[in-house]
Amino acid sequence: MTTDANTYAMDEAVGETRLDRGTQGVLGKPLNRYEGALKVSGRAPYAYEHLAGEDVAYGFMVTAGIGRAKIRSVDTSKAEAAPGVLTVISGDDVLRASALPMAPAAQTIDGEVFHYGQPLALVVAETFEAARHAATLVETLYEPGQGRYSLRDQLDEAVNPGPGAMQPDNLRGEFEAVFAEAEVQFDETYTTPSHSAAAMEPHASVAKWDGDNLTVWSSCQLLETNVIQIANGVGVPVENVRLLSPYVGGGFGSKLGIGPDAVLAALGAKAAGKPVKVALSRQHVFQTTSRRSETIQRVRIGTTKEGRITALAHENFVVNSTGNSFFEPVAISTVFLYAGENRKITHRLAETDVLMTASVRAPGEAVGMLSLESAMDELAIRLDLDPIEFRKLNEPEVAPQDDLPFSSRKLLQCYEEGASRFGWQNRPEKPASRREGEWWIGSGMAAASRSHQLMKSSAEVELAPDGRATVRTAMTDIGTGSYTILQQITAEMLGLPPGHVTVLLGDTALPPSSGSGGSWGANSAGSSVYLACEDLVRELAKRLDVDPSDLTLKDGQAIAGNRQIPLGEILGGETLTGRGTIEPGKTAETTNQASYGAHFCEVAVNAVTGETRVRRLLTVAAAGRILNEKTATSQCYGGQIWGIGSALEEELVIDPRTGLLVNHDLAEYHVPVNADVPQLEVVFLEERDTAASLLAGKGLGELALAGVGAAITNAIYNACGVRVRDYPATLDKVLAGLPDA
Amino acid sequence: MITLTVNDTVHELDLDPRTSLLDALRDHLALTGTKKGCDHGQCGACTVLVNGRRINSCLTLAIMHEGDAVTTIEGLGTPEALHPMQASFLDHDGFQCGYCTPGQIVSALGMLDEFRAGWPSHVSESLDGGTELSDEEISERMSGNICRCSAYPNIVHAIRAARDERADKGESEERT
Ligand code: FES
Ligand code: FES
Repeated sequence: MTTDANTYAMDEAVGETRLDRGTQGVLGKPLNRYEGALKVSGRAPYAYEHLAGEDVAYGFMVTAGIGRAKIRSVDTSKAEAAPGVLTVISGDDVLRASALPMAPAAQTIDGEVFHYGQPLALVVAETFEAARHAATLVETLYEPGQGRYSLRDQLDEAVNPGPGAMQPDNLRGEFEAVFAEAEVQFDETYTTPSHSAAAMEPHASVAKWDGDNLTVWSSCQLLETNVIQIANGVGVPVENVRLLSPYVGGGFGSKLGIGPDAVLAALGAKAAGKPVKVALSRQHVFQTTSRRSETIQRVRIGTTKEGRITALAHENFVVNSTGNSFFEPVAISTVFLYAGENRKITHRLAETDVLMTASVRAPGEAVGMLSLESAMDELAIRLDLDPIEFRKLNEPEVAPQDDLPFSSRKLLQCYEEGASRFGWQNRPEKPASRREGEWWIGSGMAAASRSHQLMKSSAEVELAPDGRATVRTAMTDIGTGSYTILQQITAEMLGLPPGHVTVLLGDTALPPSSGSGGSWGANSAGSSVYLACEDLVRELAKRLDVDPSDLTLKDGQAIAGNRQIPLGEILGGETLTGRGTIEPGKTAETTNQASYGAHFCEVAVNAVTGETRVRRLLTVAAAGRILNEKTATSQCYGGQIWGIGSALEEELVIDPRTGLLVNHDLAEYHVPVNADVPQLEVVFLEERDTAASLLAGKGLGELALAGVGAAITNAIYNACGVRVRDYPATLDKVLAGLPDA
Repeated sequence: MITLTVNDTVHELDLDPRTSLLDALRDHLALTGTKKGCDHGQCGACTVLVNGRRINSCLTLAIMHEGDAVTTIEGLGTPEALHPMQASFLDHDGFQCGYCTPGQIVSALGMLDEFRAGWPSHVSESLDGGTELSDEEISERMSGNICRCSAYPNIVHAIRAARDERADKGESEERT
């Protein structure tokens, strides 16, 4: 039995592995979700639903009705006197909003209002109804301040934010001089609005004290840092806190940091002397968690007459609230997607007094590729080139910023496969040239790319005497399929029927994990489970006195030479535990790692109303090994549909006078609904990226969103000749430019 | 005291009159399969059947349902014995995080009954019934149920497959 930590750094490409042999034949297969039966029958408990039927109290948050102010007083006396109220939590330590992802603690309010809708207090009562009513009785006096609410007004104050998800500046060669001399010059500015993640499960927490020990069930993506944020917010040692998130109703970045509910529930439970449940209202989710920055992006591209890019600039303004250096890494893909020797990529961060900004699904690509991929389309048209040909002309051989080799890159194959499946050659050649009834029909395409990341993650796999395995890791499954792919990896590695593998996730009592974010979860947690399984395989091989590579595991049997022995027999009544920890290593510095894809879209634009309907949408993706075809396809559907949202619907409106997020609910913030979505097509290209992870896979969940919106606006242009550079392409913007007839 | 009949079980409850049907289920009957996504009738996560018709349980007070028959996701099937619609959502991956899913499944059953009863939708060719249950019809009729994971294509597949399977078996037009 091995007990060492079994840590492996990704310092070199992994060769052929047990996974490639596919003896059990379950990895990659479209298995149903591991926890699916619980979810479809309503038996999977999400955060708020723990301690159902027990003696608990309910919290309701009180929030600020002003954009910027000093708090003179928060009078809770009327609320405290209201029927059913147990306690009211207020004061400087209330969290301003969500914790910045990975930060040790969330910002607190410290006697001020930093943004409209900021938390001020929590009313705890015997019933939800009593708490909600008493929350209206809390009286706050403010000393109003001067708020800054518009990015546009703050551009002069914008600064270089320092390194974040990327370097803010990526410069190479002499952009300005070369651009000025370029035979063809393209210079356009694009704007994208703020977005809300709007996961269907509102942030919620249940807190229960047992002496000095605190248990919190909360809706979280990154348990390792979330538990620290809770401990620091509550003021207890982290060892005293256990955090559980077995099921998470969507995250999309908004649950990378804890929400204000987690700490308030714990403080409320302490004061009330019983467990407290706090679910943010939908309005609170919009106003007190986090959001994506609005952006202003200038794209300049200089080319030769033939269409070779000689100079490329993507200069961005983004925003955050006071004390937050996170910046939306708008041009993260622009750094490596297209060739061009002279480059200028910059990000400047302005400050406003609006809810903090943080990661929302595909931070960077989700909005940066709306502009870059529109610019490539516009420029191709100007050069009289097919948009695919123009992209092919500028396909770099090595990463254009630093000359690193690509670990794998099948972008050209994605174009080709997509073009032929979609029937790209049949698209209308000229804008406003195809009409069906009152609809203009057009097609557009765009490239997709998303940087790959591996994160440190640990797991244990236990093999019991009956030959069944249990996986343990504090990984989360936010709808991505973590349970299922970890089950499949274990079954493949140990040669077990998938039904013989139990997966335990979402609990800080389990080995620490990368958690879910940045599309790193599957490959990071998956690699740690792979290592833990390898650990077990070594031990089994040792017991059989064979080399691990000569040991075949299948259907619960170990096969070595001419022997075939049931696992249970080898274990002899003992339980074995394998451990594994994966860490990023040198391959992350010696290769440029990213997933790639291409989107093809057909739209119909109503010639009378300017309404756009997406009629067909195809994504071809190459993201290394696909771990489960079914859940991977669903992930991509999700990305595509978020792309439809960003192109046509989603816009979090900020009132420039008050800082109010005007459309702070699901009626007014328009996310795509079923009727907005046609039948979609997703195709995966066969690929193994052995430098990216031990599974030879790369991040997928966000790839399918990157670029979709531009494929749609490019198709709108092809349909009716209207180019929208101010996202989203709502009816009013399209209508203004529609051709007659 | 009010009497609520949920999944054929009669419950006596002493409720604050402000309690929504949704909160009665989740907070007072420990039936947490019905989800709260917005509490304002904007998302469909809280969909239940009341006397066979789908409604948003967040938009109605519990005390208004004395004597009604309420069916929730828990009343359709169990993890070991799923209702055909639940099984179809599982097989077709009609969900990701699963939070909107009970609402989608219950809504799908209510929707199919509405369709069979000849109710037209915004995309129906005719107002007098007789339309085919096209993908477009399913999408339109399911648009009161938001799925932020965006499992829509597979939600349509799941509903179509469950409905076709029932039609193949020539089962009665009864709901469950
Ligand atoms: S919770 Fe009832 S419609 Fe959203
Ligand atoms: S499955 Fe996550 S919201 Fe629908």
